[in-house]
Amino acid sequence: MALPKPKADVTDALLATLDLPDTGWSAPARKAALARVHEMGLPTARDEYWKFTRPESLTQAQAPEAAVLEATETPIFDDVDRLRIVFVDGVFDAEASDDLALEGVSIERLAETAEMDIHWAKDVYGVLEARGQDPVQRPLAALNTAFATDGLLIHVTGTPSKPLHLTYSHADSGSDAILHHVVKVDAGAEVTILENGPAAARFNKSMEIDIADGATLHHIRTQGRDHERRAATHMFTRLGEKSVYKSFTLTVNGVLTRNEQVVELTGDEAVAHVAGACVGDGDFHHDDTVFITHDAVDCESRQVFKKVLKNGAVGVFQGKILVKPGAQKTDGYQISQSLLLDGDSQFLAKPELEIYADDVACSHGSTSGAIDEEGLFYLRSRGVPEREATNLLTLAFLAEAVEEIEDETLAEQIVTRLEGWLSRRG
Amino acid sequence: MLEIKNLHVKLEEEDKQILKGVNLTVPAGKVHAIMGPNGSGKSTLSYVLSGRDGYEVTEGEATLAGEDLLEQEPEERAAAGLFLAFQYPVEIPGVGNMTFLRTAVNAQRKARGEDEMSATDFLKMVREKAKDLKIDADMLKRPVNVGFSGGEKKRNEILQMAVLEPKMCILDETDSGLDVDAMKLVSDGVNALRDEGRGFLVITHYQRLLDHIKPDVVHIMADGRIVKTGGPELALEVENNGYADILAEVA
Repeated sequence: MALPKPKADVTDALLATLDLPDTGWSAPARKAALARVHEMGLPTARDEYWKFTRPESLTQAQAPEAAVLEATETPIFDDVDRLRIVFVDGVFDAEASDDLALEGVSIERLAETAEMDIHWAKDVYGVLEARGQDPVQRPLAALNTAFATDGLLIHVTGTPSKPLHLTYSHADSGSDAILHHVVKVDAGAEVTILENGPAAARFNKSMEIDIADGATLHHIRTQGRDHERRAATHMFTRLGEKSVYKSFTLTVNGVLTRNEQVVELTGDEAVAHVAGACVGDGDFHHDDTVFITHDAVDCESRQVFKKVLKNGAVGVFQGKILVKPGAQKTDGYQISQSLLLDGDSQFLAKPELEIYADDVACSHGSTSGAIDEEGLFYLRSRGVPEREATNLLTLAFLAEAVEEIEDETLAEQIVTRLEGWLSRRG
Repeated sequence: MLEIKNLHVKLEEEDKQILKGVNLTVPAGKVHAIMGPNGSGKSTLSYVLSGRDGYEVTEGEATLAGEDLLEQEPEERAAAGLFLAFQYPVEIPGVGNMTFLRTAVNAQRKARGEDEMSATDFLKMVREKAKDLKIDADMLKRPVNVGFSGGEKKRNEILQMAVLEPKMCILDETDSGLDVDAMKLVSDGVNALRDEGRGFLVITHYQRLLDHIKPDVVHIMADGRIVKTGGPELALEVENNGYADILAEVA
């Protein structure tokens, strides 16, 4: 079926600027992904899935400029022992990165394996993304699979002694980057992946994660506070039996962010927790779109999303739990909440449950509110000044999401970031 | 310590006068009690003194150690030495009790130009005071008042009072929701704080609490005014005969 003209125009205009890397093991996946882009077309404001977030700036041929933030703050995770891997404007920077050799994991660069005929990543690259296209289309992810120029292929075979830290920076105000990471965690293996930074003026990032039976992946990410940058990210995660996936994202400013999490629980007793905290002031639009599919017995999923918004900032949450026939004993939980610090901000939430099994416990809730006046007065009556009391209550509001991070040291770093944001606000 | 002169207060939202000329002086070292029927304005008085929103002072004044209270923000009043033990202590999810106490103590010290207390000294001090009120380590760690029983909440109020060491303590129906044992524990906590430099204003419906916290002076409040003042025997009179006789007598 031909695409409606506006969609076809947008799609053709962007595709005209991109070259399909037609080499090596990823070529078939890229070609198939390109076919999906042609078939689906890029998102437009008329798409139901993009009802709350305008996609134009993510799909227009030329990436909008984004000034590079001058201010320097202590880089996050600096005092954590980790393997540091640096990307500047979406390009791997070997000079700035640590030696990629680490016991229990092999890390290669997507760009460097391009010429190889066979690679383990072939079974994952574009595969999880393609699975994630049904029942909801995610054209920007297909675009990513087709055109990604760099990224990492991470094969976790054991339990590396330290986290892998992917750190992104933005140096060119017109950079337009497409990055694609593939992570395969072998049975029983365990790894922590950290990500931080504003990756480019416009950033399309995809991460496909295959977690085998009994394996665990912790993911903690902070999206930098470059005010003008735009990002569309996708995480496609497939979980095997008794495997664990825990992901937390902190977003501090940024004019537009769309974070999609597509999680498939395919093995019994698997556990998936996805959480996010975002704080936005002014020209800020943050969209968390989550789709969790339960396709096995006795699995647990949690979605905990908290947003603090002020001065016209907009927060979006679209979260769905799909329980397939036979996925009995499913335990699904979803909460999305916003704290509106003034009357100008907006929170748009669309929580959904779709359940085809009869022995499940699923709950969801969504709230939007202001600072609790009673709590504020109580704190002030004990001598805490109004602003400090407001900050304390704001951190308390975000705590439920931050507490999803298991590692206390890493959680503290997130809290420090949030305190920094609060102290910069009036 | 606390001096209230001809205080008139109305609700901000509606044109309703609640306090109609309250006169009251609580000297340092003394315990005054205010008793009165529902709707007499007792709780309003405590809220107005502590600076809660929603009330408008139309006439009169209130000072703490000679300083005008009514112009100050709630946090300034607290730093100046005023403390209100809430009738309904507020739950604050996500804020640990210990963090809350430390934030409050240090904020008050900062406001008074004093140095912050070291974490170790603070911990030691709180633990000692908590022990007397039978508040265990778990209660100190939990979020403020969340999941606390009625008695635990009131004990937590007294702990805050003990830690903050205010000059003037107002207890708003601290006895409500307490069983006999909890009442004793709370009263012991208050009595331990009785001091020559500190004043107390105890608001209650019942004489029961005053068996434990012995007042020097008892005031009867009705329809927004103090209508009668006497010694501890006044509380007993209320207990035996109710408010009707007293109200009839002053009418």
